[in-house]
Amino acid sequence: MPQGVLVFAEQVDETFRKIAFEALSEGRRLADTIGQTVTAVVLGSGVEGIAGELGKYGADKILVGDDPALADYTTAVYTNVLFDIVKDNDPSILLFGASSQGKDLSAQLGARLGVGLAMDCNGLKLDGEKLIATRPMYGGKVLAEVTLEGTPQMAAIRPNVMEITEVAKAGDVEKVDVNTGVIRARVVEKKLETASKVDLTEADVVVSGGRGMGGSDYSLLEELAEILGGTVGASRAAVDEGWRSHSDQVGQTGKVVSPNLYIACGISGAIQHLAGMGASKYIVAINKDPEAPIFKKADYGIVEDLFEAIPAIIAELKKVKG
Amino acid sequence: RAAREALPSGRTCGECARCSSSPERSNKVDVVVLLKQVPDTETLIQIADDNASIKTEDVKWVINPYDEFAVEEALRIKEKHGGKVTILTMGPERAVESIRTALAMGADEGVLIDDPATQGSDALGTAKVLAAALKEIGYDLIIAGQRAVDVDGYQVPAAVAELLGIAQVSVVIKEEITDGKIRCERTIEGGIVVVEADLPALFTTQRGINDPRYASLPGIMKAKKKPFVQKTLADLGVDPSEVGEANAKCRIRSLSFPPERSPGRIIEGETAEAKAAELVRLLTEEAKVI
Ligand SMILES: Cc1cc2nc3c(=O)[nH]c(=O)nc-3n(C[C@H](O)[C@H](O)[C@H](O)COP(=O)(O)OP(=O)(O)OC[C@H]3O[C@@H](n4cnc5c(N)ncnc54)[C@H](O)[C@@H]3O)c2cc1C
Ligand SMILES: Nc1ncnc2c1ncn2[C@@H]1O[C@H](COP(=O)(O)O)[C@@H](O)[C@H]1O
Repeated sequence: MPQGVLVFAEQVDETFRKIAFEALSEGRRLADTIGQTVTAVVLGSGVEGIAGELGKYGADKILVGDDPALADYTTAVYTNVLFDIVKDNDPSILLFGASSQGKDLSAQLGARLGVGLAMDCNGLKLDGEKLIATRPMYGGKVLAEVTLEGTPQMAAIRPNVMEITEVAKAGDVEKVDVNTGVIRARVVEKKLETASKVDLTEADVVVSGGRGMGGSDYSLLEELAEILGGTVGASRAAVDEGWRSHSDQVGQTGKVVSPNLYIACGISGAIQHLAGMGASKYIVAINKDPEAPIFKKADYGIVEDLFEAIPAIIAELKKVKG
Repeated sequence: RAAREALPSGRTCGECARCSSSPERSNKVDVVVLLKQVPDTETLIQIADDNASIKTEDVKWVINPYDEFAVEEALRIKEKHGGKVTILTMGPERAVESIRTALAMGADEGVLIDDPATQGSDALGTAKVLAAALKEIGYDLIIAGQRAVDVDGYQVPAAVAELLGIAQVSVVIKEEITDGKIRCERTIEGGIVVVEADLPALFTTQRGINDPRYASLPGIMKAKKKPFVQKTLADLGVDPSEVGEANAKCRIRSLSFPPERSPGRIIEGETAEAKAAELVRLLTEEAKVI
């Protein structure tokens, strides 16, 4: 009989990603409703030392695959190793974070296991032992409730949606054997920005600029983002103008973000942009056109030239925050 | 699969149509693009009476934007290395129009798998059908979109690669093919990872990889004469009981609209400073997000 919740806990350079704790916390919540256990899985090289941390977030047991071949994420090797772990442990539920790694890995593993996978979910609940996942479709225009056939029932949760809860559990660390299998692809280079920059998909605050920025000088937005501990994003128009890099684009053909606070500056609010940020908890719009559609989605709107409004907001924040 | 794994770094698998017809290695790269027709992103989505699908009347259908990048990249590869570009779609009759558009952009051949039994297939079912067709068509490289913007599934390409037993690299913004290998720049949080994979392989597109060309008028004329075949599951030897809604492993129970955002408030004030002060107050005291 399949039993328990298995959670893949993503780490990069021996540091757990925030999404790992989100997935683990969600796994704990699910397991508690049916009185089952939570097992976390960590794969990497030199990660045995950090594994114990997962006990804090509700892992009863932590399986560690520690091997130089796992130093960099590659689809094939991670899928092979995780497949073995799933077969050995026979969980009834298997959770991932829907980060770029989590999406890639869960999709490949789901196909190998031949089971259903609910991708990029923003809600999970149980009906008995049946997982019911809620996931946005059509760029967030529709929410679907899906169920899954086969075990394990697999789901990948959208970053920044599920709450992190600390519930201390035993967190017994156990090493597993690593069989890499056939290697058809390898990482040959990494070009990473400074680790200090929080990715848009994980940021609590996102400050985005659109065509209304009028040029590539985003220093005002950078400053506002820095005060708020946020990250700067952009509309497609700004990316197409060459003012910002593609990785900053928010929307249907960019990143889907769900921060606590999204500040749209000089962005009209096209449907494709809303597809990427419509699920933000609070939306602020700053636009000089009172008719801009973004105001219909914004909790707070400021009709003003952004070059007047943003310096004033920065000054006010400095005053308040001291 | 076993036979292919035994091959060193050659690009022939000895299984698919292309390899068995020309077992010797060539530098040409035959590309198959997985193309899905989806509702235009501007389309108003309405939930159908079954509460599990959307109303398809009044929908304007377009090529999935990520698949448009895939078509463009395939054409560039063809321009550089030679080879053939085939468009493969599983879908209803109306999808012919999208395949024709891709042919007008410059692709060589189109294949549509149109069979009522595929209706309601999930990612695994879709992948089974596509993989069966791919084995027939033959390929050195498969390019797909990272996601179809209708179901936002992010799954079909990985499942296709899994069924074919080839390497898969997702969210790619740059690629280069040399010596039977493909180097892909894959976008991840905070940067780029360069992955090198043996061909045959599959990769999925990320925005930034290219700017798709428009179909030219001569292109549209030429497209009408390009080879286009329509197939059923029987043609591919796929058992209908393995696909379709009844066999889906991921099932939609119901669809609903997300809760409407309550209408927001325009912050009034005499000056930018006054508005800013009120905004900061609201964010601190009411929203409690700063
Ligand atoms: C298939 C497809 C996919 C797409 N994907 C995306 C996507 O992922 N992300 C995305 O963003 N878009 C996407 N788009 C494009 C989208 O349709 C819009 O064109 C785009 O979002 C517009 O960007 P914008 O709001 O910055 O520019 P505009 O629509 O030009 O709006 C600029 C706004 O700035 C305001 N403004 C100007 N100057 C100032 C000032 N000084 N102070 C204050 N306000 C000012 C103006 O009033 C205006 O409202 C997609 C389109 C298609 C067809
Ligand atoms: N019915 C289909 N026919 C052809 N390609 C498809 C089909 N469904 C999905 N794909 C491919 O798989 C990609 C991702 O789709 P999905 O996994 O459904 O989000 C798409 O961008 C296409 O390249």
